[in-house]
Amino acid sequence: MTHQTAIRFLLNGEEKTLTDVKATQTLLDYLRIEQRLTGTKEGCAEGDCGACTVLVGRLYNGALRYETVNACIRFLASLNGCHIVTIEHLSGPNGRLHPVQEAMVEHHGSQCGFCTPGFVMSLYALWMEKPQPTETEVETALQGNLCRCTGYEPIIKAALAVNEYGTPAHDYLNAERENLLAQLGALQPEGRIETGPADDRAILPHTTEDLAQVLADNPKATIVAGSTDVGLWVTKFMRPISPVVFVNHLEDLKAIETTEDALSIGAGVTYSECEAAISAAFPHLEEYWNRIAGWQVRNMGTIGGNIANGSPIGDTPPVLISLGAEVTLQSTKGRRTLPLEAFFIDYGKQDRAPEEFVASIRIPLPSEGQIDAAYKVSKRRDEDISAVAAGFSVVVENGKITSVNLAFGGMAATPKRAAKAEAALVGNRWCSEAFEHAADAIAEDFTPLSDWRASADYRARVAGNLLRRFYLEHDNSQGSDADMPVRLAV
Amino acid sequence: MKHHTVTKGFTHQNQKHDSAVKQVTGRAEYTDDIAEPAGTLHAYLGVSDVAHAKLNGIDLSKVRDADGVVAVLTADDIPGANDISPTGRNDEPVFPTEKIEFHGQPLFAVIAETRDAARRAAELAEVDCDVLPHAIDPVSARDAGMPLITEPLKLERGDIDKGFATAQNRIKGQVTVGGQDHMYLEGHIAFAVPGEDEDVVVHCSTQHPSEAQHMVAHVLGVPSNAVVVNVRRMGGGFGGKESQMNLFCAVAAIGAKKLGRPVKIRPDRDQDMTATGKRHDFVIDYDIGFDNDGRIEAVSGEFAARCGYSSDLSGPVTDRALFHADNAYFYPHVRLTSRPQKTNTVSNTAFRGFGGPQGVIAAERMIEEIAFALDKDPLDVRKANFYGDGTDGRNLTPYHQSVDDNIIGRVVEELEESSDYRARREGIRAFNAKGGILRRGIALTPVKFGISFTATHYNQAGALIHVYNDGSIHLNHGGTEMGQGLNTKVAQVVAEAFQVDFNRIKITKTTTEKVPNTSATAASSGSDLNGMAALNAAEQIKARLVSFAAESRGVSEDAVSFGPTGISIGTDVVPFDKLVKEAYMARVHLSATGFYKTPDIHWDRAAGKGRPFYYYAYGAACSEVTIDTLTGEYRVERADILHDVGRSLNPALDKGQVEGAFIQGMGWLTTEELWWDDEGRLRTHAPSTYKIPLASDRPREFNVKLADWSENREMTIKRSKAVGEPPFMLGISVFEALSMAVASVADYRICPRLEAPATPERVLLAVERLKAGA
Ligand SMILES: Cc1cc2nc3c(=O)[nH]c(=O)nc-3n(C[C@H](O)[C@H](O)[C@H](O)COP(=O)(O)OP(=O)(O)OC[C@H]3O[C@@H](n4cnc5c(N)ncnc54)[C@H](O)[C@@H]3O)c2cc1C
Ligand code: FES
Ligand code: FES
Repeated sequence: MTHQTAIRFLLNGEEKTLTDVKATQTLLDYLRIEQRLTGTKEGCAEGDCGACTVLVGRLYNGALRYETVNACIRFLASLNGCHIVTIEHLSGPNGRLHPVQEAMVEHHGSQCGFCTPGFVMSLYALWMEKPQPTETEVETALQGNLCRCTGYEPIIKAALAVNEYGTPAHDYLNAERENLLAQLGALQPEGRIETGPADDRAILPHTTEDLAQVLADNPKATIVAGSTDVGLWVTKFMRPISPVVFVNHLEDLKAIETTEDALSIGAGVTYSECEAAISAAFPHLEEYWNRIAGWQVRNMGTIGGNIANGSPIGDTPPVLISLGAEVTLQSTKGRRTLPLEAFFIDYGKQDRAPEEFVASIRIPLPSEGQIDAAYKVSKRRDEDISAVAAGFSVVVENGKITSVNLAFGGMAATPKRAAKAEAALVGNRWCSEAFEHAADAIAEDFTPLSDWRASADYRARVAGNLLRRFYLEHDNSQGSDADMPVRLAV
Repeated sequence: MKHHTVTKGFTHQNQKHDSAVKQVTGRAEYTDDIAEPAGTLHAYLGVSDVAHAKLNGIDLSKVRDADGVVAVLTADDIPGANDISPTGRNDEPVFPTEKIEFHGQPLFAVIAETRDAARRAAELAEVDCDVLPHAIDPVSARDAGMPLITEPLKLERGDIDKGFATAQNRIKGQVTVGGQDHMYLEGHIAFAVPGEDEDVVVHCSTQHPSEAQHMVAHVLGVPSNAVVVNVRRMGGGFGGKESQMNLFCAVAAIGAKKLGRPVKIRPDRDQDMTATGKRHDFVIDYDIGFDNDGRIEAVSGEFAARCGYSSDLSGPVTDRALFHADNAYFYPHVRLTSRPQKTNTVSNTAFRGFGGPQGVIAAERMIEEIAFALDKDPLDVRKANFYGDGTDGRNLTPYHQSVDDNIIGRVVEELEESSDYRARREGIRAFNAKGGILRRGIALTPVKFGISFTATHYNQAGALIHVYNDGSIHLNHGGTEMGQGLNTKVAQVVAEAFQVDFNRIKITKTTTEKVPNTSATAASSGSDLNGMAALNAAEQIKARLVSFAAESRGVSEDAVSFGPTGISIGTDVVPFDKLVKEAYMARVHLSATGFYKTPDIHWDRAAGKGRPFYYYAYGAACSEVTIDTLTGEYRVERADILHDVGRSLNPALDKGQVEGAFIQGMGWLTTEELWWDDEGRLRTHAPSTYKIPLASDRPREFNVKLADWSENREMTIKRSKAVGEPPFMLGISVFEALSMAVASVADYRICPRLEAPATPERVLLAVERLKAGA
């Protein structure tokens, strides 16, 4: 079979066709080295600083969606049919500053300036989505951008003022939207794309069936969705990953479905794409969701990747396990579904055959009397990996705890339930003594590790204390006291 | 040239950073953005994976054979000296030959056609070595009998034994203060282009071009006049690029000269953070005697610092810790000693404050101890111990310089008032008394910071100004631009001197070709020194223009003056361009070099006496925090700052420095944790693991003001004061506020003795320790 061998995309409005694109070629190196678009900076090459932030526009549900991404960990081959917009494209053809740029200049938003293009791009995306953001929205949009000079104050002020310098209606990307949509439409592939040299091969299957076929033919292939984990294997560890199967473009992995009793999310759905559906179905996850990585990473990273990565410190597994989620795997042999909990066998080992891919996750909707909570504790509030993450789901009927699911991340070699603590609760009355016993039982459930994120001692104490917090937050027996919150406000 | 009608951009104005438009459009050029000439090669460092070992040899055959590799550089390829120690102690090789002294130490460099190829090849070396025991912190290194890396300092005044003997109270304690990575957004980078003869041009991101020039000459074995070092701008420095760029400049230059091709070297973030130095961590033992009113009678302190394997700048850094161990407080009897401890870690270096913050934090810890012991508001203890006004015999520092410009009393009082400190503190105590899970704390801490390099000879600067015959002005000075707005401020000085529009002045890259023998842009001294040097150059040209104008119009020189519409000559007003053109035609010299040296400073280190500082900058911050006693998580609710920059050259830029410094100081004491494993390997070596503050970590309410009534008593440039470093220490207020919140769980009876950085983990463990009644 012959396949398309070229990757085609728009770069700052200009069409590019590249043949023989290495699977591990990053967007950042392509921009800086090959295109000499040096406005986009490298500060870390691991997705954590935002200096490399660019916009990627893509077709999503028939519309054109622009999002910030980290060019440093985004692979060029994954951008077929997309529009890449860099800082160089912001000021109009007449050289006039863009409203975001003007606001940044007027508010003294740059000092050394190295972080600045990245901030401008994040604020640009924010302004297009929310021209008049709140301070919290600005902070959320900037979770993935580090500045070491300004202390952020002038940048926030600039962000709040952008709309005074111009409104999104006049922006080039909006003015040209129809055109761009048509251009990108024409760049969508007819079938599978295969490109790159033999030792650094990129495969973009056409559909999920095709994906299953590709994996059957290449069981050693590396699946790449958002590349927010895999990107680092390449940029930091220089690990060979060929052949690479990209899946982030597959519309049929992006379904989000709410049925009467469950929310189903395709494995290729990004954090940003499902944010609204998740918050609607599980209000307790709204705040938690925005504490996963930063905006750029949430625009790329998928739940499928978070699960398939098998990390003991991934943030979605504990909360999904506590909600009783199931994962569906697919291959040419068909589909199978298992409880997510059972998917994690041991450190670095999951119940997934090499030719299988994660297809979707199904999360049952809360039942009557179910109390859910999700907690993340990390050294820095935002864009940090959890020291401890926890998902709790407790059903209380007539003052009695009838069902308990307490799942933790960061406490063991896999995301894991606290069996002894659960036992201490189930069948008991909802009362502080029961939760004290449960918190004490955590010590028997886990022997966590010490590392640079937290000591074993801290992890163990926090895990127990999160149960205490859960009790206090949901206990109505003393009547709620608004003056005495038990948790820091956002 | 363009016609200017409005004159703007003089001093004391909110002139925008001169690169702002370029920065927001991505057109500001950093070293890695410079177009590479054809044939440019890329170097990468190969590093050790043990902390301490006898080095027997390195098998580099696989490295040489790797794809794209052009050459490998080892110590044998160094034509001159294998030494880049900035203080001339000869203890810092480019590449070691006998001993490996820290995990991640550069051992060789690979040069390849691409950076990727070089980076991959650098992993392939096989190092033959005998591993030796290592010690990575100052206490275990001392216990292991490791030497001091440089001579310690002792500051002594009064009679310490008598002081302790008569004091009503005495407390001994210890505080551990973590280090800090600079985490400048632009990492280290050097790009060397070989020239004819012995020449080489190095573009790089250093705060100290002259030192880089001298180091490159030293390793190449050529005179300094063969080496040009250029710095257009840095993507942040903070001290991390004062001496640490020497290594990269040396490697690039050696490679470029050996191969006759341009060579660029840019480590990745992990290597940047493991192979270059950081802020010194300290373990400080203190002993305080004080009376029942909280007045300090005697202080003794020993300041042990993790210096790393070589001296680098550890001598002056640990000295400065002692110089600031008094912060704003008078110690009647005092003895302070430093222990610059050698350790098997990367050699620590300059970082904003240069040891000063570690001294200040010790002072503030002692205040806290007294406050908890006597059940007083720490602010009252602070006030009771402030330096006096010179009339009460309470203004002599431990280094025998008298504090003559003290304004800390007024700064603190104004802030106490504007932040409503007392009432809020009461409210917080009432809130905490309810015994909830969340606890709050508030602290108002002062800072006094000495300005000048303590190495007296560094306090000099040069500048070069050309006025072209079209009236445009070219300005160059020895300072480097790393975001602080130095170029903008110096240009404002020059614009005002000539009374011309700011935009008439072009500020170009810093280069050793134009201004020689410069000092590092450090110690907050950039505008003080270079502003004066530039003014001196401008004044020379002005003087020539004045005498030309007077002569040509037949008036006296007194009748000539520069004004915003032009030069008044008698009753005539001549536009600047026109006069310049006339002067040129009349063969007037329109170029000048300027020079400045700070007056009235001296320092006798052996005696521990002198006047090392030209003046002091002052400030204060009041911070309020909430902690969660179940997890140790916290957030900063509010911070109020009043800071003294004298008569600000540029209030907008100065405010930016204050805000940025506060957040950076807060980061140092909260989430920024350097963590080494048992192998001596730093495991927090990139932003994924090393957490500097984000936008959402800012205080929920942030009120920052400059003390606009302040004016430098000394004849500094336009009576301004240095601003780079002093506000960094305002972040200590957050640390102290956390301490109060923690203390509330034991009803403020116990000083929590928080260690820095106060990560959520340390906060929780302190809470639990206090609850258990430690
Ligand atoms: C700056 C930064 C911050 C981060 N912060 C967090 C955080 O706060 N919390 C957190 O949990 N994680 C965090 N991460 C990690 C990462 O973003 C998540 O794990 C993310 O969900 C991974 O998804 P992805 O689509 O990018 O996966 P990829 O990197 O593309 O893949 C990850 C793994 O999953 C496999 N994979 C992907 N899709 C499938 C599939 N459909 N079927 C089978 N295998 C598949 C890949 O082969 C690979 O092994 C962070 C990462 C970065 C760079
Ligand atoms: S370079 Fe830091 S996020 Fe990409
Ligand atoms: S301006 Fe320097 S890092 Fe943001």
